[in-house]
This record gives sequence, structure tokens and C-alpha cells, in this order.
Amino acid sequence: MPPGILTLAADKVTLSPANTGFMLICSALVMIMTPGLAFFYGGMVRVKSVLNMLMMSFISLGIVTILWVLYGFGLAFGTDSGGFIGWNGNFAGFSGIGLTELWGTSTIPVYVFAVFQLMFAVITPALISGALADRVKFTAWALFIALWVTVVYFPVAHWVWGEGGWLFELKVIDFAGGTAVHINAGAAALGVLLVVGKRIGFKKDPMRPHSLPLVMLGAGLLWFGWFGFNAGSWLGNDDGIGAVAFVNTQVATAAAMLGWLAYEKLRHGSFTTLGAASGAVAGLVAITPACGAVSPLGAIAVGAIAGVLCAMAVNLKYKFGYDDSLDVIGVHLVGGVVGSLLIGLFATGGVQSKAKGLFYGGGFEQLGRQAVGVVCVLLYSLVVSYVLAKVIDLVMGFRVDEDEEVAGIDQAAHAETAYDFAGAGGGTVGRKGPALGEALTKKVDA
Amino acid sequence: MKLITAVIKPHRLDEVKDALQSFGVHGLTLTEAAGYGRQRGHTEVYRGAEYTVDLVPKIRIEVLVEDADAEELMDVVVKAARTGKIGDGKVWAVPVDDAVRVRTGERGPDAL
Repeated sequence: MPPGILTLAADKVTLSPANTGFMLICSALVMIMTPGLAFFYGGMVRVKSVLNMLMMSFISLGIVTILWVLYGFGLAFGTDSGGFIGWNGNFAGFSGIGLTELWGTSTIPVYVFAVFQLMFAVITPALISGALADRVKFTAWALFIALWVTVVYFPVAHWVWGEGGWLFELKVIDFAGGTAVHINAGAAALGVLLVVGKRIGFKKDPMRPHSLPLVMLGAGLLWFGWFGFNAGSWLGNDDGIGAVAFVNTQVATAAAMLGWLAYEKLRHGSFTTLGAASGAVAGLVAITPACGAVSPLGAIAVGAIAGVLCAMAVNLKYKFGYDDSLDVIGVHLVGGVVGSLLIGLFATGGVQSKAKGLFYGGGFEQLGRQAVGVVCVLLYSLVVSYVLAKVIDLVMGFRVDEDEEVAGIDQAAHAETAYDFAGAGGGTVGRKGPALGEALTKKVDA
Repeated sequence: MKLITAVIKPHRLDEVKDALQSFGVHGLTLTEAAGYGRQRGHTEVYRGAEYTVDLVPKIRIEVLVEDADAEELMDVVVKAARTGKIGDGKVWAVPVDDAVRVRTGERGPDAL
């Protein structure tokens, strides 16, 4: 996201109320993606574990927000050291940020940039949770999020977007998070999966989605929020590129949904709701890195290719036998890789960057850069996530007990169930702790 | 007396109810049920993964009738429930020794 802002003349920059307002709205749009993701995932699991699935995303809003303010923003966007990590003491606790201090050469306050980027940091670990449905300890997951953002997300965000970050300097194009968010989360999902293992009954018991309307609702919220994700990534600069990103987001998503559905109709005979929702998300993922670099026609190609390839990729788990429950690898990793690499083919050279893709007379140079970005982020995230998960597994165990998994993780981990189907099965026993009546009596006595 | 039990497709319920009413049946008992016959349910596809759903939703209707009416009533139900497609269901009759109307205590055919 930052290359373009460096082209603005620094001495002309003043705070823009319009851009600031736009970016605050974009930040709120990106925020809604995390609850949207929770519904997208929540609808796909069984009744007995829907609350846990919602919570695995929702908790990220709590944990990552605090860590981002304490040190995450400093690590990702502070002054670079060695291309690998940044630091700025003023960002720690947001303690030294002036109210009207602008972010770099942009026209928005540092606070606004920091909170916009925070929302990216929140949703990225939440994406991983889809691979782990039904079977991990909530405390282990919470600990994993805290460790993972610290040693994986914050550094990788710095590589890709931080000034001086090594992928940034290499001119790898990632407009809004194809590598830093989607490949990063998808590869992490694979790393954790290798430690956590399959659900009990994988490939044997039916594990049908319990609510496809929830999946559609979630996909709709994701699509809506994604406009903030992508169009906002140009930080409101007034050169039209944010608008192109917005248009590309819409058309690529549409094309991907159609691509997925077409594949599904040919392969399995029906146009399914889950396919439409999944195709849309695959398109959103794939256009994320590319939406500032390609034309709307290029975006249609990126979306359609991603829709078909991701629809094919979700079958890999049955072929290779890993239980990526809700297809984080098939949709986010594969979609992210497809979108990042296609920049090397479809970049027009006239939008975000001067770099041209293969189909626009640019040769293999940009494709090569994109491949380096893809492979390095993938491997780093995969290896470090595996190690983190292994350590957590050795220290406290990453999975719930077998009987808890079979009975449903909602009751075991959250002391709740999502739906009251029967209306039978026990009366009200009052509050935990002193009974309500008892407490009232005491008050009267006193 | 006979107990007629019919397991039918849910969307044929209205036709069967109407047919029973025009036949002169005063009351019936209805249960939502699930099951399968020779057709063994159907297949659903989620992201390419196929799930066989063999227990499909059915409606189970029970009617008590006098012996003389039983055969004709079965025909009426069969005619109303039939779509000609697989999974239309089944109707059967079993003998019933006695019946009591709870409100009045009437027994046997009087209780019907």
C-alpha cells in the first residue's frame, strides 16, 4: 500500500478532513469483516460448535487490539532495522503520537493509519481459525493468536508494507494484503493443522454446515467490508487509484463467484449457496493484492481464475488427508497465491506501480518478484506457525479432550449452546454463587 | 376396528387431509417423522463433498376406523398421497381391540 504515497511532494501535505473521514469509515468497514468472517465460518460448522467458531474470530478483536496498541504498530510500521522488523518508541502504547501528526507523506493522522492497520491485524489470525473448527482449546487458541501476531503478522506486515521492509524494497506488489494477510494466514493454518490433526470422524461422520443462511450473511458482510480493506488501502489519496481498487474489488468478486459456480455445476451438478459464498470470498482474496495494479478487465480475469482454481483446491484436503475444516488453505492460501502471482501477468503499469506484467509487455521481472514474496511469506509463516503450535501443544495441549469434542465444544469451552431446540431439560436453578433471593434478603436485613 | 397408519410425503398432507374429511373421518393424529424406503434418501454436495441424507422428512398419519371402512379408506389415502415418484410412502392397517373416548368414557366403535 505505501509506494504511491511517496510520490506526493512532502512539503505540500496537510491534513485532509475528507481523507481522514473516509479512512475512519474504511477502518470501521474492515472491522465488520471480522464478525462477518465469524458468521461465514460459524454457519459452516455443526450446531454443537458454532459458538466456539464465532468466538475464535471475535476474541481476536480483543487480543490483537491491545497488542497492536502496546507494541504491534511499532513493530510493523516503526523505523526499519535490517529489513526484517521496525520499532518506534512513540508508537508503544500510542504514547507519543500527536493528534494532528500525519502518517508519512499521506494526508491522514497517524492515529487513523494506525487504527486502519489494526483492523488488518485483527482479521488475519481470525482467518486461521477456520482450519481448526470443532477441536482446539479456547485458551490455547487465544495464546496462539497473541504469539502468532507478535512473531509472524507484525514482522510480515513490516516486510510487505513498512518502509525499509525487505519485500517492500524488492517492489513486491501487495496492495491490501494478498501476502501479508491471506497467504500468511493460509500457510499458518497448514502449519497449525499439522500439529493439531483431524477432527474425530473426519471423512466418516457427516459434518454438514448447520446454517447456510449464516454463511451467506457472513460472506455478504465480508464483501461489504472488503471495500474498506481494498479501497482504503490507498489511504484516501486523491489520484483515483482507490476508486480503481474499489471497482476491481467488485468485478473480481463477481467473476470469482460465477467461476466457482460454473465449475461446481459442471463438476457436481448444482449451483450451491456455499459455492456462491465461497467463490465470492475467493475472488475478494485474489483481488486484494492486485486491485491497485490491474484494470477492471484484468480484475475479471483474476477473479474468474481464482474462483475456478479455489473451487478445485478445496478438494485437495480429501486427496492429501489433512482436515482443513472450512478450507482456509483452499480459499485463502490458494486465492492469495493466485492473486499475487497474477499481478505478474496482468499488471498494467499505469495504476499503482509502473511495473508491467507479462501480458502488458513487462517480461518476467514482476512475476519473479511476486513469486519471491509468495514463497518467502508462505514458508516463514508455515514454519514459525508449526513451531508455535508445537510448543503450545507440548506445554498445555492444543486440542480439547475427545469426549468434549464429540459432545460439542460449545458446552465444554463456553458453558453455552447456540440454539434452544427442545425447550425441555431442566429448570432454572438460579445464579451461580449466592442465590438472588438470598442476596436481596441480606440487603433488607442490613 | 382398524388403525390405519399412513407415512406420506409432507407436501401431500393437505390432499390427504381433505380426502379423509370428505370420506367422513372425524379425527386424525399426525406426527412428523423421518425415514427411508427403497430409494434411500438423497445426496447433498457441500464444496464438492457429497453427503448422503438417508433419513428424509415424512408425515405419519394415524386414523382409527371401523372394520367395514378400512379398505376403502386405505384406497382414499393412497389416491390422495400418490405423486407417482419414488418416496411416496406406505399405508397399512392393523386390528385394534378396543378404544375409549377420554371425555365420555364411550368404548369401541362409539368412541370413534
